[in-house]
Amino acid sequence: MAIEDDVLVIGGGIAGATAALSAADEGADVRLVTHKESTLRNASGLIDVLGYLPSDDADGASEGPLVDPFAAIPDLPETHPYRTVGVEAVREALSFFDGILGDAYHGAHTDDNALVPTQGGSVKPTARYPRSSAAGLASDPRDALLVGFETLPTFEGPLAAAHLEAAGVPFQARGVTLSFPGIVRDDAKVTRYAHLLDQDEAVSRDGTGAREALAAAVQPHLEGEERVGFPAVLGDEHPDEVRAALEAHLGVDVFEVPMGPPSLPGLRLEDRLYAALEAAGVEVRSGVPVVDYESDGDDGRIDRVVVDRNGAEIPHRADQYVLATGGLVGKGVESNRERVIEPIFDCHVPHATDRYDWFSEDAFGEHPFARFGVVPDGELRPRDGSGNVEFENLRAAGAVLGGYDYAAEKSGAGVSIATGYVAGRHAAARSTDARARVATNDEVTPQ
Amino acid sequence: MSDADRSIDDRGTDAGDKTELERAGDVETAGPGNDFDPVQVFPESEEMDLRPGADDCYKCSTCDTSCPVAEVDDEFPGPKFQGPEQWRLKRQEDHDIDETVMKCSNCMRCDGACPSDVPLSQMHNTARGEYVQKEMSKLSVEYWRNRTLANYRRLAPLAATFPRTSNFVMGLGPVRWLGEKLFGVTSEREFPEFATETFRAWWAKRGGTETSRRRAKAARAERGEEGSEKRIAYFHGCYANYNTPEVAKALVRVYEHFGYEVMVPEQRCSGTPMFANGMLEDARRAAETNVDELATAIEEGADVVASCSSCSMSLRQEYPELFDLEGVDDVAANTWDAVEYLQVHEDLTGELEETSVEGVAGMEDFAYHAPCHARNQGLAGQTREVLEPIDGVEVHDVGDSCSGISGTYGWKEEHYDTSMKIGEEMFEHMEAADAEAGLTECPTCSMQMGHGTGYEITHTLEVLEAALVGDGSDGGGARPDR
Ligand SMILES: Cc1cc2nc3c(=O)[nH]c(=O)nc-3n(C[C@H](O)[C@H](O)[C@H](O)COP(=O)(O)OP(=O)(O)OC[C@H]3O[C@@H](n4cnc5c(N)ncnc54)[C@H](O)[C@@H]3O)c2cc1C
Ligand code: SF4
Ligand code: SF4
Repeated sequence: MAIEDDVLVIGGGIAGATAALSAADEGADVRLVTHKESTLRNASGLIDVLGYLPSDDADGASEGPLVDPFAAIPDLPETHPYRTVGVEAVREALSFFDGILGDAYHGAHTDDNALVPTQGGSVKPTARYPRSSAAGLASDPRDALLVGFETLPTFEGPLAAAHLEAAGVPFQARGVTLSFPGIVRDDAKVTRYAHLLDQDEAVSRDGTGAREALAAAVQPHLEGEERVGFPAVLGDEHPDEVRAALEAHLGVDVFEVPMGPPSLPGLRLEDRLYAALEAAGVEVRSGVPVVDYESDGDDGRIDRVVVDRNGAEIPHRADQYVLATGGLVGKGVESNRERVIEPIFDCHVPHATDRYDWFSEDAFGEHPFARFGVVPDGELRPRDGSGNVEFENLRAAGAVLGGYDYAAEKSGAGVSIATGYVAGRHAAARSTDARARVATNDEVTPQ
Repeated sequence: MSDADRSIDDRGTDAGDKTELERAGDVETAGPGNDFDPVQVFPESEEMDLRPGADDCYKCSTCDTSCPVAEVDDEFPGPKFQGPEQWRLKRQEDHDIDETVMKCSNCMRCDGACPSDVPLSQMHNTARGEYVQKEMSKLSVEYWRNRTLANYRRLAPLAATFPRTSNFVMGLGPVRWLGEKLFGVTSEREFPEFATETFRAWWAKRGGTETSRRRAKAARAERGEEGSEKRIAYFHGCYANYNTPEVAKALVRVYEHFGYEVMVPEQRCSGTPMFANGMLEDARRAAETNVDELATAIEEGADVVASCSSCSMSLRQEYPELFDLEGVDDVAANTWDAVEYLQVHEDLTGELEETSVEGVAGMEDFAYHAPCHARNQGLAGQTREVLEPIDGVEVHDVGDSCSGISGTYGWKEEHYDTSMKIGEEMFEHMEAADAEAGLTECPTCSMQMGHGTGYEITHTLEVLEAALVGDGSDGGGARPDR
């Protein structure tokens, strides 16, 4: 007896979660198996669709920032995943995703990219941003105070403010560095800051809570600014409450500046997605890798995959499979000295035979390895070296796909969402087909 | 922003040798391809060779975001430091193991976080072992307190011989107060009650494997599975034996219901509390017995099942990581969580679809907490899924927070507050859930859940028993004993 479902999604990043939600939305029974935490904890929590067009020249200079990412999609190379699924599917996928995010994210009202200040004081074009960053947009003319903390060296208020001004934002930015009440460790974890604020823990002898104490520390530094930005550590469980409390104490708007890894907005997005999966009835199993598959005869279908539990092999069978194991970071694509591989199904990953051609001489140039990944057909089924579909019932989504460079284009979440959505829809449709076929066969089979 | 970071891994053979690829991207080597071999820590090898593991760390700090201790304790530097960084530091002659490693609760959450497969908990376990061996005074109260807690199993038989007296004495306020003052065991907690009859005593009285074989055979006949042989070896661990034999009995009845002959091999503590206290020598001795006995049972055609998630974790992951024993991989590969085993080998859902626990007291609505050690084995959602078809029971998952007790951790006076701070989120979620009773598979999580909310806590196997075999108070389940 194996564990059985209509659709099995492998990988629990933003692509896998979207694929599972999209398939469940179509009525399929879905299970998601994932090995480790996804790269969401490393990502900023911003939903980038397309910030820059990839360049044609080898020096990596790109065109952008783009105002309307959707309008730019037809200009992408034909092998780009957005071109594979088409701009309409990208829009549909995003509005599906907007439904999952509810009012936790902003940006759906317009096609234009929003400009969100980031931790180094640069401005990033992004399609959706968390509510906690809403008061911080660079297009907003209100003056801003940026607060950094001595114990959190990855965000320096004064430096970020100076960079923002140099970038030509339409307001005045000023920065200060304070000590965070209740934290003494130099390398305290971001979750530590968040926990103090979430639980409003007493941080002084007189029992003052962390929220009030933080506001009191900031208050004397306000010089008429109408908004205050903090690094993104303002709560994990209760970020809205924390921000509201700070706003009430300070009497101005409060926003978070998205941070690099590890990132609380990324963690919160992950929590939200997993809550949505639970609500949609998707069975999620994490902590265990899929290591192998078995196919039934030579009809080109995957019969079951094998999940490894410390040596015990647990079969999982489904009608349709979605591969969403990530790229080189997520371990969906791996490389050795000879070749680049997709480790579970050994799907074809095109790459130069000479590994010296896998990267560019220039560290910041256009590296071919950034685009490594499987090559799909129109239904996102990986194709082999001669262009044939590898398995009839396997689709791929997210960073395991080749043909794009999320870091250069700022397209990571967008591609994962668009391809996850499309892969999930196709998988559900096929499995419903299959069920219907079985049902009709039963009817016509003579007794 | 940092999303410009483009990490790439290389499944090269030589971890120390940087490839051109890496130089181009200036990233460190990572990847399971540098096949990371379990190392022998005791007794021969003095040096732990965790180099490949340490080299795999690319310092993304993802592990730090999943550490429940770092979240509430400002003094704890987190898994990245305790693991790969401390390992590197320690290579320099004058660097001792940092004492903060004793603050790690061994919840093993960091293992599940690391995208680069760095063996964090193995690093922590070995570092803790070395710290206790080299730096902790064998005359200190702390050492003996830890050793006692870790070897609870040794005291348990005594207490179990006089359960009523023990329960009475342990419950006395002054005794608990003295425990804290002299021994550093928190007076905040109620000692777990000892059962008046241990599971093994019940098992022997019931006729041991003989009886089980007979009952299993009868069940197979009834199920139309004649001719097949189904056999499991039950690793009950200490807690189910001494404190909650009802869980162990539930397992026996449920398995016999499916036609499994149950064996109960000789066994010692799984070692979980010993790993957490750096008592690796003690753990190794226990492991030797366990691996020996279980390997024999496997040879006799049994698969091993455990009802406690920390026990199965220990047999599956920690043993092969820490001890180079004959048969250790075999035991790991053939050990299962008790419910998982049924889910894979039987049509559990089909069987449960017709069942009901309607009207069984205390079995309506549960606030379910998945123990960290179940989570790490990929079992987080299992209980909710499995119990779903049973009529009359509702399982509300209270989310992914850690309960905070982590075995002996929350018993120590110095960790009690940390333990309760970690647990706070779970308590809040339990209280917010539509249930007045708790459900989990880990004995110490269950203590913490009860302690923080005052709820009664049940084990998944008990619910399965109620659904499949009814009330088994006759010692043999609802089926007539043939
Ligand atoms: C440091 C960093 C910062 C980033 N910043 C941004 C940003 O600011 N904005 C943005 O839009 N994008 C950003 N990205 C990119 C974005 O995170 C990714 O492009 C996108 O999230 C990829 O999602 P995914 O679901 O395809 O893969 P992943 O998130 O990599 O998830 C893959 C999942 O599959 C699991 N898995 C792998 N192998 C197996 C197996 N054999 N069995 C079971 N499970 C398996 C992994 O454990 C993992 O959970 C960033 C990426 C990184 C690394
Ligand atoms: S085992 Fe748990 S407590 Fe210890 S470092 Fe890892 S996550 Fe933290
Ligand atoms: S998650 Fe893994 S790679 Fe990242 S810092 Fe921790 S140990 Fe290193």
